[in-house]
Amino acid sequence: MITAETQHLKPEYDVVVVGGGPAGMAAALGAKEMGADRVLIVDREKEAGGILLQCIHPGFGLQHFKEELTGPEYAQRFLEKVLETEVDLATDTYVLDIDKDKRVKLMSSDRGVEIVSAKAVVLAMGARERTRGAIRTPGSRPSGVLTAGLAQKFVNMLGYLPGKRAVILGSGDIGLIMARRLTLEGLEVAGVFEIMPHANGLNRNIVQCLHDYNIPLHLSTTVVEIHGSDRLEKVTVAPVDETFTPDMSRSWDIPCDTLLLSIGLIPENELSRQLNLRIDPVTRGPIVRSTMESSMDGVFVCGNVVHIHDLVDFVSQEALLAGRNAGLYATQQQPPEDNIRLVPGENVAYCVPHTISSDREHTVYMRVRKPLEASVLNLGEVYEKKLRYVFPAEMVNLKVRPRFLHEFHGDTLKVDIVPTAS
Amino acid sequence: MTTQTHESTASEISNYLCIGCPMGCRLEVEENEAKEIVEVRGFSCRRGEQYAKQEHTEPQRMVTTTVAINNGLWARLPVRTTAAIPKDKTIELCQKLRSLRLQAPIDRGDIVLPNVFDTGVDVVASRSMKTADETTSSRNG
Repeated sequence: MITAETQHLKPEYDVVVVGGGPAGMAAALGAKEMGADRVLIVDREKEAGGILLQCIHPGFGLQHFKEELTGPEYAQRFLEKVLETEVDLATDTYVLDIDKDKRVKLMSSDRGVEIVSAKAVVLAMGARERTRGAIRTPGSRPSGVLTAGLAQKFVNMLGYLPGKRAVILGSGDIGLIMARRLTLEGLEVAGVFEIMPHANGLNRNIVQCLHDYNIPLHLSTTVVEIHGSDRLEKVTVAPVDETFTPDMSRSWDIPCDTLLLSIGLIPENELSRQLNLRIDPVTRGPIVRSTMESSMDGVFVCGNVVHIHDLVDFVSQEALLAGRNAGLYATQQQPPEDNIRLVPGENVAYCVPHTISSDREHTVYMRVRKPLEASVLNLGEVYEKKLRYVFPAEMVNLKVRPRFLHEFHGDTLKVDIVPTAS
Repeated sequence: MTTQTHESTASEISNYLCIGCPMGCRLEVEENEAKEIVEVRGFSCRRGEQYAKQEHTEPQRMVTTTVAINNGLWARLPVRTTAAIPKDKTIELCQKLRSLRLQAPIDRGDIVLPNVFDTGVDVVASRSMKTADETTSSRNG
């Protein structure tokens, strides 16, 4: 069964994991695997599973489980393992604060305020959705304007439909998936609008969420005004030029009572900031070593807290690594320090982790700035990999093996993704 | 999907985007004059090749949606088809499921609607769901 809360917490833990989503669950398993005995997951919801529980569509697990699962199925598999391995789970519980000595202050309605101490902490709080304020859409402030992920929770878990006729702003995966969900639940989706000249979501979602239901996708077009006093009545949309300036002479109105915003996610790092962890301005998540340890000893981070992933399978993989290293830290068996810094170069927005060690294999995740057809990834001068095509919406990952670095004695490697020389 | 015709060869090439996994391979199906598939290109796995043929002849989709559930931890239970069904039946299936109301508790894999449209495909629960009371009592007990 999916819920099995722990009644009494221990005063001391080897590893405390903040967040019981896919990252938190994999991290807890990783910590256990490395010999951490007492592991606690804290989650503010009434059950573990995180956002996967509202992602009822298939497409999860192809990498990790080699089969296609829905979000709830993927979550349930991990949770069953977590419960088998006797990880403590505190649901309906908030983490208020973590201090420098890794004392974690918790609050729940059942148990009140409690403090547990941890040898290592894993931060796995996930991300938040960007809201209307982030893009400063002009107009009135009626009800009916909400983020796509919130609408997803309303529709898929709480049983509320947001309206009757919807417009979706942003072609991120959540927006595309919600276009289909609303259609299947009987709403009319008037269109998906994307300010960029290319779609932000995965191609498969454009096919199976939009094309299948004849939902139009308008690229280089955005919502320029929101109308309505109590309830949303219509939105004005307009095409934009290369500088994203709307051409109001070509604007048009769309009557609708619902506007879903799918305009990106921001790593949730309130606790990380309280701890003064160093933050990467591009990912907006903590800077991490190859062990997924943050700039503070014994504080590990994983999942969307670090950078926004497009596949949960990669979250699980990264979180397992973070958890294993948290377990190693708690049992004092840490691996050697990193000795090479990765620097994002041409057409690379960021690399995670930020540093690597030449003595072992790493998976480095990165995101490109611009789409390219045939391209090549250069890891300094030590290694190159041909890529078929790259998009900002699809993370690029690279296995860096120790043999690439045999001849390398520097301390920084620049990573470029450039067109193949023709 | 875009379809381009090459008059010179009298064969027709249809382009599809694979939805089998997030890689999104660009697929090409080539047909001869007799409307037989002569070649499939662009896939990186066997599933992609099968998808291209299926999509070209009779497109199918897995369907995931939710069903109302009484006294559950949440108000909706996520459900899925056990296999893909004809694409044009998707909306009709969701309409059918909207008239159902289930009772918690339920286990993952429990059949919610058997043998939809005589396809042999069932709609099943994609998660277990306890009753809201059960969860509360376990927490207090």
